[in-house]
Amino acid sequence: MSVLYAIFVDPFAQMAAAPDLLAQAIWEGLVGGVLYALIALGFVLIYKASGVFNFAQGIMMVFAALTLVGLHEKGVPAWVALGLTIAVMYALALGVERLVLRPLVNQPDIMLLMATFGLTYFLVGFGELVFGGNPKSMITKELWLPQGAIDLHILGGTVTLQKLDIAAAAIALAMVAGLGFFFQKTRIGRALRAVADDHQAALSVGISLEQIWVVVWFAAGVVALATGIMWGARSDVSFALQVVALKALPVLILGGLTSIPGAIVGGLIIGVGEKLGEFYWGPLLGGGIERWLAYFIALAFLLFRPQGLFGERIIERI
Amino acid sequence: MFYREAGQFKTSYAADMAIFPIRQDRIGLALILLVAFVAIPATGDQFLLNTMMIPFLILSLAAIGLNILTGYTGLLSLGSAGFMGVGAFACYKLATYFPHVNILIWILVSGIASSAVGVFFGLPSLRIKGFYLVVATLAAQFFLEWAFARVPWLYNYNDSGAIEVSKATLFGVPITGPNATPATRYLVALTIVCAMAWIASNIVHGRIGRMWMAVRDMDIAAELIGIRLFQAKLLAFAVSSFYIGVAGAMMVFLWLGAAEPEAFNIDLSFQLLFMIIIGGLGSIVGAFFGAAIIHLLPIGLRALPAALGLDIAAATVEHLTFMATGALIIIVLIVEPNGLARLWQTTKRKLRVWPFPY
Repeated sequence: MSVLYAIFVDPFAQMAAAPDLLAQAIWEGLVGGVLYALIALGFVLIYKASGVFNFAQGIMMVFAALTLVGLHEKGVPAWVALGLTIAVMYALALGVERLVLRPLVNQPDIMLLMATFGLTYFLVGFGELVFGGNPKSMITKELWLPQGAIDLHILGGTVTLQKLDIAAAAIALAMVAGLGFFFQKTRIGRALRAVADDHQAALSVGISLEQIWVVVWFAAGVVALATGIMWGARSDVSFALQVVALKALPVLILGGLTSIPGAIVGGLIIGVGEKLGEFYWGPLLGGGIERWLAYFIALAFLLFRPQGLFGERIIERI
Repeated sequence: MFYREAGQFKTSYAADMAIFPIRQDRIGLALILLVAFVAIPATGDQFLLNTMMIPFLILSLAAIGLNILTGYTGLLSLGSAGFMGVGAFACYKLATYFPHVNILIWILVSGIASSAVGVFFGLPSLRIKGFYLVVATLAAQFFLEWAFARVPWLYNYNDSGAIEVSKATLFGVPITGPNATPATRYLVALTIVCAMAWIASNIVHGRIGRMWMAVRDMDIAAELIGIRLFQAKLLAFAVSSFYIGVAGAMMVFLWLGAAEPEAFNIDLSFQLLFMIIIGGLGSIVGAFFGAAIIHLLPIGLRALPAALGLDIAAATVEHLTFMATGALIIIVLIVEPNGLARLWQTTKRKLRVWPFPY
């Protein structure tokens, strides 16, 4: 009985007793969710346009952040380093298209997924080889990212909002809006949607698949860089962040593999769910449940909607 | 020329369907077993046995298990390290509760514990398919890893949070614990791995194996021809987790001697997956090839700079190993998507007709 009470009644009583703590937990969950959503966004971009489930997206994020910080450490001014990192991400997109995607064209999806595992390992080794394995701190001040916090006095208590988190949310919004515009209104965006719809039909009207793939991987690289800066500002930049990157998988799958709004909504659900779970139910299990809760939340949703919340209906034919 | 089966006639269906229908293959296998059972333990030193051969055997067994699930049944799993951990911790608990029962029995029984956990986490596979299933197996991996560290009952409430192996004997000879010589542990591991590989090979060549492969190739079509997906998929999870669990128990009891929860983290899951990709999905011998490459290649790479007289920092070599592994996976996928096992078959076919092209 006391177990049931501890699970079903006590957490809600706590929420009602201290609404400011609840608001704080939800806010932190939302911010975490936005950052998961950004990683998932990179996945969705690549999956839509090339059907590749890019497992390396999380590592691309760490790699981009590490390149930025590493270049700055070597004495390159912050904004030049940012430009150079974008160039590096373009080179990476070009290299991936040439050396991995092109030789593997027409292989089953699972082979392409495996190839991105290989890419993951390669990037981990390469990043550590060039920039060293020590954690680095992100150059927030040089990139004019706001610091400090705002204290809101509401609900009979104080809710602390980090300015950096607000900036992250704003950047995420801007990026989604930008990508939406890019996909809907520009020439390349239309070509991208055509490729996502049907590879062969797109080829037959003269769209170059190779070019599209480079563009998509580059876009995913830029998204990865923005995400890397934000994650890096919250904690240190090192390959330990890849565990965080793995959290993007449940987000992505919860939202549906092909949907950009799905990635955002999935991210927010996972972020808030995981924070509330850890805060109110975690102590019952001895804490640290944040590590696996996200996967179980996604699993619970999947059992009811196997294609994710916003995914296209999976139609199977013989 | 080297490899001619002329003059070998099959007079029964069983002989025709044998796993090694060609006499040269059987002789080759006998030679390999002779070397493995006699020559290596007799001549091998501590380094060869403890650092190379024992882990190679154990990882091969785990790779066979993963191959049953991923290679034969087509269910992608990233939770194998978690299942290895279940085997290891189950064996540890059983050995502390019943210290008088032979440890070999507990190593095998712990596979059943792992099997049960595997079936539980395999249940979503009935509804969730493809990439989506990765989330279910990741849930298993992270939950189990968390449980190993946070549930004190599992490590007997000791202060270090690690499990340690006590001494156990077989026919009066110590086979686990600090007193066991590497040669004995190697022989025990080799016996288990050979027996289980033989059983696995028989399973996948029989009715059950064909059922799994039908599910892998297209599960709806398999369902239409009368295969029960529920049973086929859960059986694959059960058998696969059994193998992986036994490998996990062996890893702690016959190789490491003690283990912390971090030994079963997601990197190990990835390594096992790489083994079966490089070795060949859906091949028993491929699991051995893959384990050899992924486990022994880094050892070779680490020894290389010293052998060449180059002075490279250990960390740099570690990073280069990572890069080499990644590049190797991509290259294997491009050159031979079916892995080293297919390459080996092609070589054998070429040797049979040499010096003619066909």
